[in-house]
Amino acid sequence: MEHAMATHEDHFRAGKLLGLDHRKLGMWLFIASEVMFFGGLIAAFLTFKLGTPSTDSALLNVAQVGVNTFVLLTSSFTVVLALSAIRAGDQRGLRAFLGLTILLGAAFLSGQAFEFASLYREGLTLTSGVFGSSFFTLTGFHGLHVFIGVVWALRNLIKAMRGGYRAETSIGIELFGLYWHFVDIVWIVLFTIIYLI
Amino acid sequence: MSADAYAVKATAGWRRYLRWNTDHKVIGVQYLVTTFVFFFIGGLLAMLVRSELARPGTDILAGQQFNRVVTNHGSLMIFLWIIPVFAGFANFMLPLMIGARDMAFPRLNAASYWTFLAGGVVMVASFFVGAAETGWTAYVPLSIRAPDGQTVWAVSVIIIGASSTMGGINFITTTLTMRAEGMSFWRLPLFVWSMLATSLLVVIATPVLTASLILVALDRLVGTAFFDVAAGGSPILFQNLFWFYSHPAVYIMILPGMGIISEIFPVFSRKPIFGYKMIALSSMAIAVLGMTVWGHHMFSSGMDPRYRVPYMVTSMIIAVPTGVKIFSWLATIWDGKLRFTTAMLFALGFISMFLIGGITGIFLASIPFDIHVHDTYFVVAHLHFVLFGGSVSAAYAGLYYWFPKITGRMLDENFGKGHFILNFIGANLTYLPMFLAGALGMPRRVADYAPEFARLNQLATLGAAILGVSSVPMLYNIVVSWVKGPVAEANPWQARTLEWQTSSPPQDQNFDVPPVITHDPYDYGVAGPAADRPQSASAAAD
Repeated sequence: MEHAMATHEDHFRAGKLLGLDHRKLGMWLFIASEVMFFGGLIAAFLTFKLGTPSTDSALLNVAQVGVNTFVLLTSSFTVVLALSAIRAGDQRGLRAFLGLTILLGAAFLSGQAFEFASLYREGLTLTSGVFGSSFFTLTGFHGLHVFIGVVWALRNLIKAMRGGYRAETSIGIELFGLYWHFVDIVWIVLFTIIYLI
Repeated sequence: MSADAYAVKATAGWRRYLRWNTDHKVIGVQYLVTTFVFFFIGGLLAMLVRSELARPGTDILAGQQFNRVVTNHGSLMIFLWIIPVFAGFANFMLPLMIGARDMAFPRLNAASYWTFLAGGVVMVASFFVGAAETGWTAYVPLSIRAPDGQTVWAVSVIIIGASSTMGGINFITTTLTMRAEGMSFWRLPLFVWSMLATSLLVVIATPVLTASLILVALDRLVGTAFFDVAAGGSPILFQNLFWFYSHPAVYIMILPGMGIISEIFPVFSRKPIFGYKMIALSSMAIAVLGMTVWGHHMFSSGMDPRYRVPYMVTSMIIAVPTGVKIFSWLATIWDGKLRFTTAMLFALGFISMFLIGGITGIFLASIPFDIHVHDTYFVVAHLHFVLFGGSVSAAYAGLYYWFPKITGRMLDENFGKGHFILNFIGANLTYLPMFLAGALGMPRRVADYAPEFARLNQLATLGAAILGVSSVPMLYNIVVSWVKGPVAEANPWQARTLEWQTSSPPQDQNFDVPPVITHDPYDYGVAGPAADRPQSASAAAD
């Protein structure tokens, strides 16, 4: 009886009767709201792409961005490896794969900056017309999300350097992973609708 | 524990309301007090509007001033009063009602309040840099060309939207993961169900408003071409994005009110709620259907006519789950042992006025009728019957019902009833003439009108004055009762739901012992062992 009371008390404190971790659920809900945010921007982009087709899209360099896409997708893989490393208690693996994720994320951002710079030189800008406006807004907000992800990963890396994660307390890595995968999936959608079709 | 032990703490700790605090009860009070302040600012703006419209001609406010006052009246009432006041009630009550000790994310909760306050301050500050003047809908291209205050306004709405989304994520997560033992979904109080539906809408719809206002801000600040027709921009795009949020926002504003009403009727009728599951599911149905109707705002905007009929049909279908609720409430009070407390009176006022607002909503969903009265006072009357007659009545009902739990003091019932009578007369006198004026063709959002509308507008202005006066007994009652009203018992209304099974105001951590839920929330007056027993076994044993 004593034991039963204690467990019950624990439930009250931790609030985990469903066996559903509230941090993960919160993250999924945040991602749902982010999906809708990008949905709004994508709707704007498609309105112009379908309604007033522009020759400006010929300026896009699909091959170069394709390489960048590969870089970003690889970073999703390294996040999975980081999580599986810490779940196995492998601190070195965690730090290595987090570091690799940061490098890949930074490489993607550099690639995007390079792409933006060359488009600007060719006259495609935020204010050059509806294609430029919707292209830079949509890809720019995605880039901002990658940037936030890189900062988040850096913070996690610093915490990992101090031994802040253990196999049973790896939720922080998992939450970051959810966000990072989401950012990657958004890019797959954007790459398809902006560059491929 | 006795109420006295808490009376000391409640009065001693008022400073905690001015600081960062992660307790859901403190945050609830912060929200409620802040939203009432914004409500009064919005109310004063409404008084200005009605004063200008008291007679034909422009006497007090010229065109631009009038537009600014109307815009900020709407924006304050929607973004800084109705939507967040229910977040205030939910912050205080939802964890108590499900037997939790706090919200799932207490720090996010505090962040959501302070973000809301910041957004509200920015919106009010926009008055001083030339306030927004496009109406709360901020239609482009008007909102691209308006002076700088429009940018400040857009930024404030983006900030408030972020606060709202944080709250929504928190309410859903709390409801799903923090329920006490035995609190299954079919034992959730209906206010919790309604907040779940509301929060889903908030999380899904708000980011789209954010996106649309970011595009407006970019057009204004950077010079992008999203809504610049000359450069191929699309004003219809803005209307689609805006109403994708702003129509569901109507349900964000009414569903929590319906939840409060569903709490009040069984308590003051001493009967089980009629159709518990149907009311819970109709909240969800309204949330889902509510995402599919936004185009009915755009019948006269030049949208493809083929889309009109589907939007008309989905809009009218919303009346079905809404009707389910209204009939369930009527069946709940039918043959009950009614107690006409102030909370109950406001709940009854809610039904009668919301019904008028809801039915005229079906008129407006009908394409030919909508095109006839689009942008007339008919629409103004409809939305005020829904949002004032409905949502504000529900907020008042919640105030009179939960005030003892929140403050540990009883409100004065005589002042409360005086408030109700003035409010009910004032609301109907203000808004009923607007239906007539609108049907006769009086356009909305204009500072002047043709002389033939003078009589109807005088009536509306008289009603508004009564509404203004009605806030005096309410304010007096709140302030005096909070300071020195009679001390409230834990459960002054003999209610069964969990928030009443702990002290008033509730102690830290809410409950002495984590409650175990053994009963449905509304089994009032039924025969047998369950009669008038609280929802939780452990609380009953105290």
